[in-house]
Amino acid sequence: MTKADLVERIAERAKLSKKDSEIVVNTVFQSIIEALTKGDKVELRGFGSFRARDRQSRVGRNPKTGESVEVPSKKVPFFKPGKDLKKLVNGG
Amino acid sequence: MTKVEIANRVAKETGLTKTKASEAVESLLTIIKEALKNEERLEFRGFGVFRVRKRKARTGRNPRTGEEAPISEGRTIKFKPGKEFKEAIINQGE
Repeated sequence: MTKADLVERIAERAKLSKKDSEIVVNTVFQSIIEALTKGDKVELRGFGSFRARDRQSRVGRNPKTGESVEVPSKKVPFFKPGKDLKKLVNGG
Repeated sequence: MTKVEIANRVAKETGLTKTKASEAVESLLTIIKEALKNEERLEFRGFGVFRVRKRKARTGRNPRTGEEAPISEGRTIKFKPGKEFKEAIINQGE
């Protein structure tokens, strides 16, 4: 499924114009990204939660030269599926 | 941030009523859930990819008692953030 498919299905299901449906999709994704950027987390009941997780710095290697390089610590987006969603994919 | 806050923002951006906007957000989540139930792969440019991964059955151990316990095969959801999403988070002010 792509974003275009999602837009179409929401339009159908929620009886919206495609234009509004597209705004819905973009606003939801953009809100999640912005919340995490601000250090906030997003909890969507029945679906799951998004938060930024810390990844520690590590010593990596340049695959071409074999040289060691320090990869700095950073934050990465993380999605944790909710109970309902976990059950659903396990046929529950 | 919760579903209500996201729905309010959707209402503002689209001009839909709050009720209609929260219905739309709920539809979005339901459609994604149903697709994952069918083990579909979802790829949303700029946001990320959701897919279902199978986990093999294995023998686990009760950490408290040390007893072995079988863990049955299962499915789990993997989210891989897209480039724009990752970059937005990395560049956040610390």
